[in-house]
Amino acid sequence: MTFRLLSLLALCSSLALAGTPALAHPHVWVTVASELVYAPDGSVTGVRHAWTFDDMYSTFATQGVEAKQPGAFTREELAPVAAENISSIREFDYFTFAKADGQKTRFNEPVDYWLEYKNETLTLHFFLPLVAPAKAASFAIEVFDPEFFIDFELAQSDPIKLAGAPAACALAVTRRPDPAGPLQSQRLSEATFNQGSNYGAMFANKIAVNCP
Amino acid sequence: MKCLTGRWIARVALVVGMLLIAAVFTHAQTPFGIPRPSAPPPESGGIVSWILAKQAEFYRALSGLVRASKADPSALWALFGVSFAYGVFHAAGPGHGKAVISSYLVANEETWRRGIILSFASSLLQAAVAVLFVAIAAVLLGTRAETQRGAVFWIETVSYLFIALLGARLTWVKGRDFIVALRRQMSRGGTSGNHPADNGHSHDHKHGPHAQDHSGHSHGPDPQDLAGPGGLRRGLAAIVAVGLRPCSGAIFVLVFTFAQGVFWAGIASTFVMGFGTALTVAFIATLAVGAKGLAKRIATHREGFGAVAVRGLEAGAALLVLVFGLALLTGYMVTERMGF
Repeated sequence: MTFRLLSLLALCSSLALAGTPALAHPHVWVTVASELVYAPDGSVTGVRHAWTFDDMYSTFATQGVEAKQPGAFTREELAPVAAENISSIREFDYFTFAKADGQKTRFNEPVDYWLEYKNETLTLHFFLPLVAPAKAASFAIEVFDPEFFIDFELAQSDPIKLAGAPAACALAVTRRPDPAGPLQSQRLSEATFNQGSNYGAMFANKIAVNCP
Repeated sequence: MKCLTGRWIARVALVVGMLLIAAVFTHAQTPFGIPRPSAPPPESGGIVSWILAKQAEFYRALSGLVRASKADPSALWALFGVSFAYGVFHAAGPGHGKAVISSYLVANEETWRRGIILSFASSLLQAAVAVLFVAIAAVLLGTRAETQRGAVFWIETVSYLFIALLGARLTWVKGRDFIVALRRQMSRGGTSGNHPADNGHSHDHKHGPHAQDHSGHSHGPDPQDLAGPGGLRRGLAAIVAVGLRPCSGAIFVLVFTFAQGVFWAGIASTFVMGFGTALTVAFIATLAVGAKGLAKRIATHREGFGAVAVRGLEAGAALLVLVFGLALLTGYMVTERMGF
């Protein structure tokens, strides 16, 4: 009897918990085009991102911004919005997670950030410098939102470029799985183990560069 | 034996409750920005992923349909259809609304009919708040996105505070009922065997006023009570707590339709979304009420034990509302974020 009752209790609480935290749903879509920037000595100095927002979010973000020419915002007019964007994604580590030879590496605050308005969409440009240039045989970054409020998707063609990398370096890009496609439970459990149980990690875009 | 089960249930309930609260507070104290929720249920990945994917698909179709409806009014039907589907799937995905409503219903002596009323009222209030918010902040005042984000943050904080307060009040009332029922059961269990069924009543006097006022309101729902105008007022706290926070998706759609010159289509679409959300929440709320009814029926087969079990269930659900409120307030649980 106790067992039956407890199982019912469990049923009720699981019903109530059905909508709880960990899983989110994106409301913002970002198309990613990025560049890994190398110093002359072959070390990685940082990542130059160009993130294009979906049209609804672009409209939301440009609200109330004065434009001399209606519907065509200039880089200067959008400067305060760019600054706000950059400062608000700081607590999310700029959604960019780097590893040099398997070791986690952190970034300094972004520099050279600005917003571009084209075809009714916004693109956020910024350079994310590594705390210290990384000279590594294998360098990897992942771009994703652990909470999956933002869906980061690599651009259709040529999403990742290497700027000034040694000729021997090989680039490998793995796009995030299609959320609409069938998800293998294998990938799911793998992501759960590797990323400290962050749901959004399943949808990480993985970029790896090997320089022998 | 009965005594043992009662004590055991109480101990489990206490430990689970304390663990939950401890989890909330330790997380609140992490030095990092927003603590990340830590344990997604991997088993549910299949169906949840599917729901999320569908929802994303519907949401992404909205902007195209808004643009199409400017030139071709027949596209409005598609816009409303997709908005409805988005609402249904949105509520089925993560979100605290249905969780709070369901827990509230289980904690109280509520009927499925009231569950449906609460679901619809809170969803429609949420839609109305989104429309009002955009009408004032975007259309009338022409504020910047950053200002609106700040305003939503405050609305959200008030709404989460409401949920926590509602949960605290419920936990206080229901926890007391549970302890009274438990004590009565334990004292009855200690002298069990040779006492007639109504003997429990003589123990009541030991507990003084608690037991007295307890007996006044712990019985099943009174149909008259639900039909009267006071019926809705009793649930008003839950409706406001859940419906106060506008959905970010609705705000984005409204702002977009305003910019595209078809604001009224956005308003209609928001209410259609709210209707879809209400259907899902009502369905889940009905399930929760049904599950409680089932538990109650099984529990009452055991003389005496039933009251303890049902009160325990209610106290647990009340505690859950409190935990949701605290988790949302402290940022341990995040259900929405306004983009960048």
